[in-house]
Amino acid sequence: MVMTNEQKLAAPAKKRSFFSSWLAYQGREIRKNKAMYFFMLPYLAVFTVFTILPVVTAIYFSFTYFNVLEPPQFIGWDNYVRMFTADDLFMTAFKNTIFFAAIIGPAGYLMSLFFAWLINELSRRTRAFMTLIYYAPTLANVYVVWKIIFSSDQYGLLNGFLLNSGITLENIRWLEDVSYIVPSVIVVLLWSSLGTSFLSFIAGLKNVDRSLYEAGAIDGVKNRWQELWYITLPYMRPQLMFGAVMSITGAFSIGDQVTALVGYPSQDYVAHTLIHHMQDYGSTRMEMGYACAIATLLFLMMMFSNKIIQKMLSKVGE
Amino acid sequence: MAKRGKKINRSGVGNLASNLFLILVGLFMAVPLIYAISNSFKPMDEIFKFPPDLIVQNPTLRNFSDLFVLMGNSWVPFSRYFFNTLFITSVGTFGQIILASMCAYPLALYKFPGNKGISKMIVTALMFNGTVLWIPTYMIMAKLGLINTYWAIIIPAFGSPLGMYLMQSFMSQIPRSLIEAARIDGASSFKIFWSIVMPQVKPAWLTLMIFSVQYLWNLGATMYIQSESLKTLPYALTQIVSAGIARAGVSNAVAVIMMVVPIALFVISQSNIIETMATSGMKD
Repeated sequence: MVMTNEQKLAAPAKKRSFFSSWLAYQGREIRKNKAMYFFMLPYLAVFTVFTILPVVTAIYFSFTYFNVLEPPQFIGWDNYVRMFTADDLFMTAFKNTIFFAAIIGPAGYLMSLFFAWLINELSRRTRAFMTLIYYAPTLANVYVVWKIIFSSDQYGLLNGFLLNSGITLENIRWLEDVSYIVPSVIVVLLWSSLGTSFLSFIAGLKNVDRSLYEAGAIDGVKNRWQELWYITLPYMRPQLMFGAVMSITGAFSIGDQVTALVGYPSQDYVAHTLIHHMQDYGSTRMEMGYACAIATLLFLMMMFSNKIIQKMLSKVGE
Repeated sequence: MAKRGKKINRSGVGNLASNLFLILVGLFMAVPLIYAISNSFKPMDEIFKFPPDLIVQNPTLRNFSDLFVLMGNSWVPFSRYFFNTLFITSVGTFGQIILASMCAYPLALYKFPGNKGISKMIVTALMFNGTVLWIPTYMIMAKLGLINTYWAIIIPAFGSPLGMYLMQSFMSQIPRSLIEAARIDGASSFKIFWSIVMPQVKPAWLTLMIFSVQYLWNLGATMYIQSESLKTLPYALTQIVSAGIARAGVSNAVAVIMMVVPIALFVISQSNIIETMATSGMKD
């Protein structure tokens, strides 16, 4: 575009006045909506102190050496370097966390979606009942039962059954034997993996516009799988996004569930996760700087995976 | 035209297979809970029986009475753990519902500077959780003098991003015309909040309640609380369980007491929860 000299000169001045009038407008809007800010104040205060501030604190201390007794010392990237070069147990924890997240995240997510989809086919009353059955493990959250199922003597349900039917000849120490700990933990984690995302999917599926299915049938959708991919999933994309966030966040914070089952530390650290490692440094060894570096790393891993998955999910049904 | 009630694109074989599969996996989901309930009614000789029975043969209430005797003799009485969990759960849940509704109200229904930014921040907060940040949180709590008080658990529960997010999503579907009409009638923004918006979002309250109860009721030992007299019911449970299989009956009795509350609440409010979750979707 061609500008006359006059216009060129006028442009910056115009911009400035636009900015200041924008400011004035915002100020007016803030004053007009004063009551709105009062409504938000209590929640935002708590949110700031217990959600935003911990993130900032973790990042800050991750660059320090801090043992609580002496004031923190700034040490640059040392904590991060130490993790990957001088801490073998960290590498175990890092691998385990990624391993658990890679299994429980996708499997829990797909199970939630798949079973929600099957349950959605049922009549109203059976649907409510099945939703309860599948969600009950998340509600009850009792690992005690699993400790008895996996009990290492013949009074445990699993050993009792296997011995009695002749499948095994001696007791398996499900929660103590290094070759069985991880599989046992995974079974229990999968059992309780139908959480918030599952409820969101149940709701999303229920609300898909029925007439779309009829229209789809006319357009050549032949079976339930095609219907799922071309009609149902694109329609419930917002729920898929929300469910993914819930599943990923949960999958990366596996730790306490493992402790409840196999104790801490697990035999030979086979189920040692970053959460455990962080707790160890934060509460036993009082190396807060290092613990905060692990927290920051976990935080970044969660955010990063979430962003990637959100990108991938925006392609569903295309 | 397809017959009323019959769905298109469904084969009989497919339906049979999918229902069978649902029942099979449903059994896997239900068996541990059935086993827990059954164990809690088993007399000692049935617990030490080979092969173990899934279902109790001669049910007894012995485990429940033993539990009260056992806990009555302990240093901190059982009723104390029960009270702690009850207090934390009810205050935490109530506060969360109130604070989340108050904050969701402007965000969902009004336009003002900062609205979009705050909403975005809350969505971002869903992408990580408190477990990861407990060490910095501990430091902050220590500074605020909250360590070793109920508030170390209760106040952070008030700020749950999930509850806030669900409440805001649900409130967004309230028709703006309802708000406008009330405003023209001269209602204050507080009055609109209290007598128009709040009654409309009852399903969302119940949903926040179930998620909050599920979390707080099941909350065991935490770093934030060290004194025995402030510890919770799930913590007491882990203490009993650590005695091994000999206490299987009693520990399952506690497990049953623990699971009754969230499951009962879910059964009562299930349709409301599903209604709320229908709005839980994220726009990209």
